[in-house]
Amino acid sequence: MTVTKLISASALVLIGGLAQAGESDTLSVEGQAMTTRVAAQAHTPNLDEVFSGWVFRTDETQALQMDDFENPGFVFVDKGIDLYAKVDGSEGKSCASCHENVEDFAGLRASMPRVVDGDVVSMENMVNDCRIERMGADAWKWSSADMTAITALIGLQSRGMPVNVKFDGDAAAQWQKGKELYYTRVGQLDMSCSNCHEDNYGNMIRADHLSQGQTNGFPTYRLKNAKLNSIHGRFKGCMKNIRATPYKEGGEEFQALELYLASRGNGLTVETPSVRN
Amino acid sequence: MAKGVKPRVKVPKTAAAGDMITIKTLISHKMESGQRKDKDGNKIPRSIINRFTCEFNGQSVIDVTIEPAISTNPYFKFDAVVPETGEFKFTWYDDDGSVYETAKNIAVG
Amino acid sequence: MGLTRRNMMLAGTSAFAVATFCGIPVLASAVDEHIADFTGGADAVAGAIVLDAPEIAENGNTVPITVSAPGASSIMILAAGNPVPAVATFNFGPMSAARSGSTRIRLAKTQDVIAVAKMEDGSFQTTQATVKVTIGGCGG
Repeated sequence: MTVTKLISASALVLIGGLAQAGESDTLSVEGQAMTTRVAAQAHTPNLDEVFSGWVFRTDETQALQMDDFENPGFVFVDKGIDLYAKVDGSEGKSCASCHENVEDFAGLRASMPRVVDGDVVSMENMVNDCRIERMGADAWKWSSADMTAITALIGLQSRGMPVNVKFDGDAAAQWQKGKELYYTRVGQLDMSCSNCHEDNYGNMIRADHLSQGQTNGFPTYRLKNAKLNSIHGRFKGCMKNIRATPYKEGGEEFQALELYLASRGNGLTVETPSVRN
Repeated sequence: MAKGVKPRVKVPKTAAAGDMITIKTLISHKMESGQRKDKDGNKIPRSIINRFTCEFNGQSVIDVTIEPAISTNPYFKFDAVVPETGEFKFTWYDDDGSVYETAKNIAVG
Repeated sequence: MGLTRRNMMLAGTSAFAVATFCGIPVLASAVDEHIADFTGGADAVAGAIVLDAPEIAENGNTVPITVSAPGASSIMILAAGNPVPAVATFNFGPMSAARSGSTRIRLAKTQDVIAVAKMEDGSFQTTQATVKVTIGGCGG
């Protein structure tokens, strides 16, 4: 009964909330249609419909993502292209030395993160793995300019493909861990991710229009800091906002949370690099 | 030279003589306004791109005087009339003395 | 000499003369000063100049605006509520077409954005738009 009530309340709130969002709620980027709203799947019982963060932004912000020049994130994708071809490390290799065409990464972002031997593997892990093991180069910091440029470039290759993250079988344990974190209240403000992003998406929190907190567009160009932001970087910011000590970027908690959150967006299309507030 | 500054421009590849075309430009630059303070409360000094020019075959299309209120990663969109085949030259001037340039050709059939 | 009416009138006249000589009103704001510098004191009137800005800025850090004034040789943009009102000045050259420009600006708070155009015939036009800038919520 309570769950049904919550859902109806969310629906009502959503109508009001969406009215404030851009009038064109269908996103097409460079002629390619994106899925920004899709029916929720069985593993997200508290949602009827899953919405991309794009839907909650103003007309002007939405417009920025519809064109690859207007999208300021692309100057960082350009940097990613340069980095991809740049020789780095003791082995004298660049990414391109082994991965000749970055286009071959199509589909990767859509299924990330993965669980291998019980551990969550994020895109950033894969990049650093290559750098350390095969290039003989230093690891990049999780949310550094270099890392977000490369993950944006790789993510872009999956743009328009549906998010399809595996969360059963071998991945189930980590997924459960992430789910628990999602619903656990923390911090001086004693809030959980769900309090805002499941119970109150569509509402305003002060002057911010709350989204469902989906990760299909990361790394995302945020108007607030005029640069690409990683998923864990955003988690860290959210935790600081509720006056909690953030978990470590690249650490176990954020990786489990990343897996759980990615699964909540199954069905939405990858929008990397998206433009958000 | 400010770190990691990278220009990006969009110019149509072809046009008819006398056409009006739209040009878009962006350059990655922090545009430190001079208003922000560091952890110790000291003002971080201003360091911005203060001027942007676009020329076509040596003649001025636009010359923008830029102040700190222009956002990080300065973006400009404007028009130009294209009388003949030629080259658009784009130049950004940094407070620190650096000059960033790029150019794009256009063919008039 | 004393405060005779004659002396007072003379004193008043010279003060007035000084103010007029300087060409600026005695109590000028920074915005007024910028405009006066740009126009040389001439009046800027409403005209074909158009300023496009969002009613509510999603984020004050990056606010997209477009300004257009057919026949203008240059357009100056000011943000009346910023710590420093100057934003940018577009100077159009001979290869310019529509005399318009778009950019993205920083607005510190809700305020008027003002555009003043210098026309090719030496006259001036002006327009303005109010942009609401909100302090963010949990987005920070």
